Amino acid sequence: MAKPTEVEIGEDKAPVIAPGLTFASITDKVASIVLRRPITNGWLFGFAICFLILQWFLLAVCWLFYKGVGVWGVNIPVGWGFAIVNFVWWIGIGHAGTLISAILLLLRQAWRNSINRFAEAMTLFAVACAGMFPLLHLGRPWLFYWLFPYPNSMSYWPQFRSPLVWDVFAVSTYLTISLVFWFIGLIPDLASLRDQTNNKAIKFVYGLLAMGWRNSVRHWHRYETAYLLLAGLATPLVLSVHTVVSFDFSIGIVPGWHTTIFPPYFVAGAIYSGFAMVLVLAIPIRKFYDIKEFITERHIENSAMVMLATGWIVAYGYAIEAFVNWYGGDPYESFLRWNRLHGPYAFWYYALLVTNLLVPQVLWFRRIRTSPFWLFLVSLDVLVGMWLERFIIVVVSLTRDFVPSSFGQYYPTWNDWSILVGTLGFFAACMFLFLRLLPAVSISELKTLIPQAEVTVAHAEEVHEL
Amino acid sequence: MAQIFHRSTNLIARFSVFFGLVLAALALGGVLELARAPYLTNQNVVRAQPIQFSHKHHVGDDGIDCRYCHTGVETSATAGIPPTKTCMNCHSVLFNNVGYLEPVRESFRTDKSIEWVRVHRLADFVYFNHSIHVNKGIGCSSCHGQINQMPLVFQASNLQMQWCLDCHRNPQAALRPRDQVFNMDWKAPANQAELGKKLAAEYKIPSTELLTSCSTCHR
Repeated sequence: MAKPTEVEIGEDKAPVIAPGLTFASITDKVASIVLRRPITNGWLFGFAICFLILQWFLLAVCWLFYKGVGVWGVNIPVGWGFAIVNFVWWIGIGHAGTLISAILLLLRQAWRNSINRFAEAMTLFAVACAGMFPLLHLGRPWLFYWLFPYPNSMSYWPQFRSPLVWDVFAVSTYLTISLVFWFIGLIPDLASLRDQTNNKAIKFVYGLLAMGWRNSVRHWHRYETAYLLLAGLATPLVLSVHTVVSFDFSIGIVPGWHTTIFPPYFVAGAIYSGFAMVLVLAIPIRKFYDIKEFITERHIENSAMVMLATGWIVAYGYAIEAFVNWYGGDPYESFLRWNRLHGPYAFWYYALLVTNLLVPQVLWFRRIRTSPFWLFLVSLDVLVGMWLERFIIVVVSLTRDFVPSSFGQYYPTWNDWSILVGTLGFFAACMFLFLRLLPAVSISELKTLIPQAEVTVAHAEEVHEL
Repeated sequence: MAQIFHRSTNLIARFSVFFGLVLAALALGGVLELARAPYLTNQNVVRAQPIQFSHKHHVGDDGIDCRYCHTGVETSATAGIPPTKTCMNCHSVLFNNVGYLEPVRESFRTDKSIEWVRVHRLADFVYFNHSIHVNKGIGCSSCHGQINQMPLVFQASNLQMQWCLDCHRNPQAALRPRDQVFNMDWKAPANQAELGKKLAAEYKIPSTELLTSCSTCHR
């Protein structure tokens, strides 16, 4: 009998986990990355660069807070520039992490077990990056707490009809649940790290974080229940959070924004770009940390297939949007279509079509899907494409809407770029730290994948008869 | 191998979970309470003035009507602080050689205004209007406290938006007959609920929606 977590795979598919691994070798391999691997020059160099970018980012933010949002290229027709584009982009990237850890868990996809840990970390860091933008783009960021419903001395409450207020709840809930989900998943692994070292200080820190995990059956029973419940909670969250983000636009009356297809199409785009980021991270991680036994060709290929599938949902979104613009007969929407194809930003729209629709079609070829090098390039291309998609939606719709006298252009400034690049630096710096300090792949979940973990049917029946 | 954590950790762990929550709740409550505390609202803080002008003496003992000095209160948005001329109406002959009043005489001689210290300070984005309150039956003491008993003026109310809105949502509780507005000793009668309702109709107090809409105060 097959294990319940096993999915049927073809003869030619790579295995979820390389053969020949034992419980001990899995623990040893993952724990040694954290506990025994010396700090390499590569890690130091990468972290230093990201840290420098992060400092530059902080300078840019200080300048922004000191001078005001006018240091950005935003203007009166285009009130939302890079800040919102980046916000949606980062939130989108975070979604693949939850998809992998929660939705694939509900679907009992065994291949998620090797990539869920760093995908969840990716979610957390991406949401942290995204979460900065709603604050940074406020004209008076020090009053951000007015967005929370608390009994203040002004007898004032937030406007619960604004999707921007929903964003506050969506993103803060998403971050909290992701963090709890990630941490619960980490507990057994932290206990493994605790038991793998003789260094008292390290033992103490991991012991504190593992909260007295003893691997008892009772622990595991409750752990699995809680994990599954959280996965069940996180799944609607993934869909609703990005839906709420899409409401920021679709609630508006601007042509190009007011579309009912946005919620599912944004979520598909989120998973599309999120999987691209997973691959951008997984491909170097498995190479430099030599964990190809855990993150096999199978994971790479499956991620590529999810990317291809969601890429087609996004393609459908573009097509139906263009079709409805024509079919609806609204002159402003017709103009929107014309403006995207022939307006001042036409180049970027074509760039979007090429990067998001055309290039990823190479994923139909198995040779590309299983080639880390090419897949890495395609994933980078999709990340750029999905950033362009948000740019087209946010900026191009705003530059030219109803009244020709308020047509405008948007030119990002050095500060816009610094903050975009700065969040990338922050994200990467967090990833570097995560790889050093925590187990990048789930030790306990990997152990369920090896043949030794299988409970034999004969034994189970015996117990039953007793 | 020795245990990592001493047995006492059991207690510390339990208490930290419990007290973490309690401390967080206390901190939040403390912040919310601090925002309403006189420490931040300056409520009940007696301020030194260039001249120790006593309302208790002028209103309480002498029985001068509020409008003798604060002339604008029934007609304009600001009640106004009396000019030196008003002081000198009496003090040109009354206590006219007391050193205590020298700043008043100096101001009169030199034409330089007395720099009174403002006690009731609203932010500039609040457009408070005195005349409408006085004309709709809100007495001085409802907001300023019993000025006739204050040797030096202090802020009797916290002047927070919550306090303004509490009354705008339920003005009936504070309404008094127009002829009682300047009576500092007026106390709400036992039938205030009934009286307030009657007066609200009589004075045509607008709906709560209008009274609490943003542009009522933040024009």
